[in-house]
Amino acid sequence: MPAVQETVDQVRLIDVDQYKYGFVTDVESEKAPKGLSEDTVRFISAKKNEPAWMLEWRLEAYRRWLTMREPNWARVEYPKIDYQDLYYYSAPKRNALASLDEVDPEILKTYEKLGIPLREQEMLAGVVRQDSEGNNLGERRVAVDAVFDSVSVATTFKEELKKAGVIFMPISEALREHPELVKKYLGTVVPVTDNYFATLNSAVFSDGSFVYVPPGVRCPMELSTYFRINEANTGQFERTLIIADKGAYVSYLEGCTAPMRDENQLHAAVVELVALEDAEIKYSTVQNWYPGDANGKGGIFNFVTKRGDCRGDRAKISWTQVETGSAITWKYPSCILRGDDSRGEFYSIAISNGRQQVDSGTKMIHLGKNTTSRIISKGIAAGRSNNTYRGLVSAHRKAKGARNFTNCDSLLIGDKCGAHTVPYIEAKNSSAVFEHEATTSKISDDMLFYCRQRGMSAEEATALVVNGFVKDVLQQLPMEFAVEAQKLISISLEGSVG
Amino acid sequence: MALLEIKKLHVEIDGKKILNGLDLTIEKGKVHAIMGPNGSGKSTLAYVLAGKADYKVTSGEVLFNGENVLAMQPDERAAKGIFLAFQYPMEIPGVATMTFLRTALNAQRKHRGEVELSTPDFMKRVRETAAKLSIDTEMLRRAVNVGFSGGEKKRNEILQMSMLEPRLAVLDETDSGLDIDALKIVSEGVNRLRSPERSMIVITHYQRLLDYIVPDVVHVLSKGRVVKTGGKELALELEAKGYAEFADEAA
Repeated sequence: MPAVQETVDQVRLIDVDQYKYGFVTDVESEKAPKGLSEDTVRFISAKKNEPAWMLEWRLEAYRRWLTMREPNWARVEYPKIDYQDLYYYSAPKRNALASLDEVDPEILKTYEKLGIPLREQEMLAGVVRQDSEGNNLGERRVAVDAVFDSVSVATTFKEELKKAGVIFMPISEALREHPELVKKYLGTVVPVTDNYFATLNSAVFSDGSFVYVPPGVRCPMELSTYFRINEANTGQFERTLIIADKGAYVSYLEGCTAPMRDENQLHAAVVELVALEDAEIKYSTVQNWYPGDANGKGGIFNFVTKRGDCRGDRAKISWTQVETGSAITWKYPSCILRGDDSRGEFYSIAISNGRQQVDSGTKMIHLGKNTTSRIISKGIAAGRSNNTYRGLVSAHRKAKGARNFTNCDSLLIGDKCGAHTVPYIEAKNSSAVFEHEATTSKISDDMLFYCRQRGMSAEEATALVVNGFVKDVLQQLPMEFAVEAQKLISISLEGSVG
Repeated sequence: MALLEIKKLHVEIDGKKILNGLDLTIEKGKVHAIMGPNGSGKSTLAYVLAGKADYKVTSGEVLFNGENVLAMQPDERAAKGIFLAFQYPMEIPGVATMTFLRTALNAQRKHRGEVELSTPDFMKRVRETAAKLSIDTEMLRRAVNVGFSGGEKKRNEILQMSMLEPRLAVLDETDSGLDIDALKIVSEGVNRLRSPERSMIVITHYQRLLDYIVPDVVHVLSKGRVVKTGGKELALELEAKGYAEFADEAA
């Protein structure tokens, strides 16, 4: 009975299987004892064979953290987090991998399920893909660093990158192989004392990616990291540090998934970007952490500090994010426009459904002369979710001729969700020009009816309209990820209408 | 069996009665024109056939190929072959016309258990069809109806109809807002789709459109009921006399 089967499939799609990455991988892991103390910090540092200065750095952060308070100014509500009830370190058992073949096959299978090609040969084969209008998207060549729970399990294309002089490796490895580079830049964009969650991260981060692109080098491929939280009650604290030296260019992508669990899992990452003179960094995120079930049970608490520093003249940093997951999102990727004529960009799509709460936005801090920034934010709220854009644009006294353009659009689906826009604008010199545009709209029934009359289901119609709404931002994503993001948007909105 | 059978249809919106026992039967391959004064229920009939939610059917029956249409969702009706060319087509910002067409076409095919059309096949078909309607491929890349002129919007409706190949096409005042050149292009597009397998309901206020799309049957609608039915010459008669006499008849 095909009709019956179809109905069954449909129901499953809408209800239970909405989050298709919610499986658990059965792999043995090694954990630090539960709870947070100086001993935990020492344990992590020792596991990583870190130099003494790194341990000191961590301990200083830990002691500082003890004196700090969890921030509560964001428009999010969540039960109190018991920091002593978490594991701060979890690593799949098995050490020092020489090649992909040594990676636990269970983990490789996990990444396969996620559709992440880790196998270099597969990538080298270069499957030609097409977009919806039949144009070839070209070969997909992306170097991947995969982080499973707290540990980086595989990095692809290392050799080829090495030839170009690009360093792309787990930060734990970089601490051993390039300590001078790490020491020079770590914590210079997001200081140890920056905020509660960043300080916590500084104390206990276990891995993440490190990228260094030498002067004048254009990184020959997209770099990518996939983060996956697997273990229960585990916090994931990754630390990413990307440096583009003078005149260098790099594009970096980040993807995130987690299994479905009833308890909330904590994710507190720190990302630091440094762009020197004439350098450009493009950082894209497709965040799809488990959002919790329809009643708001479970899901990832995502408290992330991301900041880029345009340290040299004419440097450029661009953040693009597609945020569809997490129970709580607290995230403000920012740019410090220090160099003269430097440029910061922030393109964001934040989708909330069910009981998700998103408080996200950006900060553009204009310090140098003739610095420019651009913010395009598209918030989509469905179900009983709350979606807040919070942004700061500021021009300091010396930032003559600073310019910003902000466009903030919100789209509401249904009548039980909320969209909020909280822009802060500060100009301390009279030559700054800041523009702010904002709209809030609802998907109209007439628009949906028009699509449905043409044969689309309510959900297909909603996804189509939403994809149109977010098009300006999708265009900023590297092409193969735009396709993925588009699919993700449809999945996130399933069950939001009808 | 007739393709479409409407029996004693009563419809209201916000408690206001619009259709009052409308009867209408349409055979396969026939083109019926529905004329009538403003407020006689012409557009309501179009929307009810397509399944717009605001309209409440209080009694009566609509059978399409013998199946009860009123129990179906709008997209099911579309997949069964009911197409409505809107009087005021909606704008969908950011969605390319091409993408819209393809999504619609594949959604219908999926409904019917057919395989999706491959990209090259789709492109070929859309280019050929667009060319016949003097639609520039540049227009296909623009967002659906956004910034389109009145004529472009109506041509876009006919393009969609040509691509979706419905069994029953309902054209709701497709002539409104068109100049004579656009009217000719649109009418030619419609005439090309006439076939023994396809029926049409052409809703119009003016006889002018029926010079180009010559109907098999003409109905006059007044106060939510069909008050007169005739051949194409009925349209000419109306043009000369106006609707005044029917307003009285129904009263």
